[in-house]
Amino acid sequence: MSGGQEALREPWDSLRRQREAASFGTWLFLGSEALLFGGLMMAFAVNRVLHGDAFAAAGHETNVVYGTVNTLVLLTSSLTMAVGAEAARAELRKLALVGLSLTLVFALAFLIIKGFEWRDDFRQHLFPGPNFKLQESAARIFFAFYWVMTGLHGLHVTGGIAVIGWITWQAWTGQRALRSPAFEAVALYWHLVDIVWVFLYPLLYLGGRA
Amino acid sequence: MSDIAAEGPIPGDAQPHQGLRGAPSYLTAEHGLAAWFLTTDHKRIALLYAAALTVFFFIGGAGAVAIRMELFTPQADLLSADGYNRMFTLHGTVMVWFFLVPSIPNTFGNFLLPLMIGARDLAFPRLNLFSWYLFIGAGALLVYALVAGGVDTGWTFYTPFSTAYSQSYVMAAALAVVLVGFSSIATGVNFIATVHMLRAPGMTWFRLPLLVWALYGTSLVIVLATPVLTLVLLLIVAERAFGLPIFDPAYGGDPLLFQHLFWFYSHPAVYIMILPSFGVVSELVTCFSRRQVFGYTFMVYAILWIAVVGFLVWGHHMFVSGQSLYANIVFSFLSFIIAVPSAIKVFNWTFTLYRGQITFDAPMLYALGFIGLFTLGGLTGLFLASVPIDVHVTDTYFVVAHFHFIMVGGAVSAFYGGLHFWWPKITGRMYPDVWARFAAVLMFFGFCFTFFPQFIMGFLGMPRRYQVYPPEFQIWHVLSSSGAVLLACAYLLPMGYLAWSLIWGDRAEEDPWKATGLEWRTSSPPPRDNFRTMPAVDTGPYFYHPDKEGPRHDEPEAHQNQGRET
Amino acid sequence: MDIQLWPVAASDVAARVDAIVLTLLLITGAIMALVLVLLLTFAIRYRRGSPARRGELPELVKKEVEIGWTAATLFLALFIFAWAAATTLGDARPVGDALEIHVAAKQWMWQTQHPNGAREIDALHLPRGTPARLLMTSQDVIHSFFVPAFRIKQDVLPGRLTELRFTPTQTGEFPLYCTEYCGTLHARMGGTVTVMEPEDYGRWLSAQPQGDDIGHEGAALFVSLGCSGCHAGRGPVRAPGLAGIWGRDVQLADGRVRHVDESYLRDSILQPRRDVVAGYEPQMPSFSGIVGEEELLRLVAYIRSLPGGQP
Repeated sequence: MSGGQEALREPWDSLRRQREAASFGTWLFLGSEALLFGGLMMAFAVNRVLHGDAFAAAGHETNVVYGTVNTLVLLTSSLTMAVGAEAARAELRKLALVGLSLTLVFALAFLIIKGFEWRDDFRQHLFPGPNFKLQESAARIFFAFYWVMTGLHGLHVTGGIAVIGWITWQAWTGQRALRSPAFEAVALYWHLVDIVWVFLYPLLYLGGRA
Repeated sequence: MSDIAAEGPIPGDAQPHQGLRGAPSYLTAEHGLAAWFLTTDHKRIALLYAAALTVFFFIGGAGAVAIRMELFTPQADLLSADGYNRMFTLHGTVMVWFFLVPSIPNTFGNFLLPLMIGARDLAFPRLNLFSWYLFIGAGALLVYALVAGGVDTGWTFYTPFSTAYSQSYVMAAALAVVLVGFSSIATGVNFIATVHMLRAPGMTWFRLPLLVWALYGTSLVIVLATPVLTLVLLLIVAERAFGLPIFDPAYGGDPLLFQHLFWFYSHPAVYIMILPSFGVVSELVTCFSRRQVFGYTFMVYAILWIAVVGFLVWGHHMFVSGQSLYANIVFSFLSFIIAVPSAIKVFNWTFTLYRGQITFDAPMLYALGFIGLFTLGGLTGLFLASVPIDVHVTDTYFVVAHFHFIMVGGAVSAFYGGLHFWWPKITGRMYPDVWARFAAVLMFFGFCFTFFPQFIMGFLGMPRRYQVYPPEFQIWHVLSSSGAVLLACAYLLPMGYLAWSLIWGDRAEEDPWKATGLEWRTSSPPPRDNFRTMPAVDTGPYFYHPDKEGPRHDEPEAHQNQGRET
Repeated sequence: MDIQLWPVAASDVAARVDAIVLTLLLITGAIMALVLVLLLTFAIRYRRGSPARRGELPELVKKEVEIGWTAATLFLALFIFAWAAATTLGDARPVGDALEIHVAAKQWMWQTQHPNGAREIDALHLPRGTPARLLMTSQDVIHSFFVPAFRIKQDVLPGRLTELRFTPTQTGEFPLYCTEYCGTLHARMGGTVTVMEPEDYGRWLSAQPQGDDIGHEGAALFVSLGCSGCHAGRGPVRAPGLAGIWGRDVQLADGRVRHVDESYLRDSILQPRRDVVAGYEPQMPSFSGIVGEEELLRLVAYIRSLPGGQP
């Protein structure tokens, strides 16, 4: 098992234990992330209760087409990520690389679509500022949340692209053994990014259209 | 039993700075700058943290000195009004996030956690190093904010002052705190994973030393509370940088929402600061009483109780904020509930002394001082948990005194106690005991002089964060400032003789205090890989005497280390 | 120089708070003394080399003591909580016929206004023995209204009304502080509360330049802002009449019931669609950003003064 020995690091005695720890550590980190986005959604919820009408009106202004397409893109990327990580664990090099690369493509696609959406939002004066489109003052709060939430999520996607790109490159060049726990850890993180979006999508795009 | 005890190390026969099999200590194993700044050895990273924390302790301390000097008279003498506001913000921000939160976990925790559970290192050694660099990056950003012009929001960053009115470097400071939060989270994740995955064979959960339990509880709180702080500071940055009006009352935003989110982190942060000291004090009290910790399981449950309920009491910072009356009452109730585990711990420490064989080495003096100061700090917490009294004393010096009793009288005393206790293990040197005892006593009295008068003036109505004040409060400020001089001496003195000991101090034995933790069954200082052979564990912690007996009248009992060779 | 150890108690709240403080001082003092005595006794008695008895712990100490002090501290905590909570609820009970003072805070001053329109800056005069009710709001950041002698404190928020209730019981001049950090001159944002005998207060009040009283100012606003167009029943749009609604409960369109008070009127002006009264269409535009804090106070005072209103 040369692959196993390469992947083993200090202070671990066995790869199984190391893998468990990597996944456990990632779960802890995800718990932390959940509180980050949970806090943000809680703040959103409080304001939605305070300003129901304004939030409904503002929610109507978001671009549901971009939002829906992006939801599909991101869900698919989670699938390819799962395939990539499982293939890596089973040491199926080709499949792993395909899965990881597809994930990268979808992740980039998500950001590009998001970029177009942001550009449209800007042009429609949906960024809270002097020429803001909507009259209701609390609509600005909705869009403040919109920009913060999508921005923070976009940062997480960018971070995801960086680490996925990094481990994909390492796997490609053979610097990282396929049995390294990193693949599973990164996959867990990527699923979280996906799940967060699954919450943001209804809050931002569907809430105003119910 | 006796044959296991016989296998334990015989004091004095170990080479002081070399492992039994000739392995060099972690200090001498590798040389060069890279061997320090790129190390993944938890012990070296602990020292890197210690160095960085010392710098921040001085920066925060300088802020305290400026504040206490300014308050010597009722008028403004030294600083402008803005200068004073920047000074107490500096003091609070630096001391909370760049000293107290990381103090015990990142120094003693980093150093001792793997040793105490019999591991070679933390679960993720490179993450550990990364967290130090995050800390340094955050520190650099904060220093930039302070040098560029300072921050004047107070460490609490209350909106809408921090978002719409402050003209200072709020964004840089907020981002520095966000970064240092990531560093905390990385350490927390690392500690939890280490305790779960790397305990030595036989080291079951209820055989863990209390310091490990305390660090474990602290880490849980860090991992779950810190992200909310990150979030709320990012929202402030979003509002300042991009004009996103999340908390802006002009558009219907709610400044109280900010306070709720802020205290959802910042109250648990109090427990992040004090729980590790509980662990340290438990280790010290049991060792110098030669007695098993009284009520070990209760101590463990008290730690967990505090860690969990600590998340549910944040609203007691907001009794006068305008939150609803019923919210006040619920938070008051929960705040009284959380007083119980702290009381349990105080009584258990006290009863650990009962029928012990007590010596008064410096670490023990610090620990006894801690118990006294923490008890007073905790009891004054009952006043603050009562809504009608809190309404009167909140945002006055009463609160200032209360939390300094907990964080300075408590956490910093425990930090110094731990420093004296593990100094021989960390450096391999003994410090001059007489000086150390003197410093410990000085710290206790200096502290009381500084902060006790603040209770009285706070109750009389002296508001906090005031540069100028009515003359009737001057007597208390003068007392407080004079005490601060003593306190400053008590903090500086150990730095002198501890530095002295590095060169001229006696070589430390493997187990100079005859303590039982696994960290004492390796050389002082330990080798790179911590142990000669990885230890196995058959007993609970604190085997200072057989279960059915107690210590004798004199001479330390033939204590038994928790681990054995494999 | 005489050293003061206890602040003057000059309100009904102060008396209640001081009673709890004293009891709590006794209880916590006893606990502190117990801990210190135990620590010192044990430390001396069981120092190394002392002849005191060592050995196994007595059976009683091992388990029962632990459960005992856990239960004891828990009960003690619950007892103090119950008392403090009861006092809190008691203080919150509304009193009839309170003297209403409007307080507006801004960096770095306090403005107070009496019911007849008399205004003061960084000062407040009150009659002894009359319940006072302070309705407070801020024009910029958060401030806090603190009078140590009355044992009262309340944050003053932008965009929201907060209130304080107390009855001054002693004449004299008492310092007022801002206790929520509010920027550069926070430490200088203070003033004096002067409590006078009721007849002195009457004399003082009549000597003040009165301006318009707040209700009259509100009436003018009510017309100039166009409120009267619908709410006074002269326009084409149907809106609920406002005479006599003060102090009553109204049925809302979604079935909830709300009590008409300052915060309800405020919400209805700023966010009219939140609590629409049953039987009406949600047509009213929001006046958020159009009317300022002081104007809101005047409008509310006007609505309140309309005939048919209950005290």
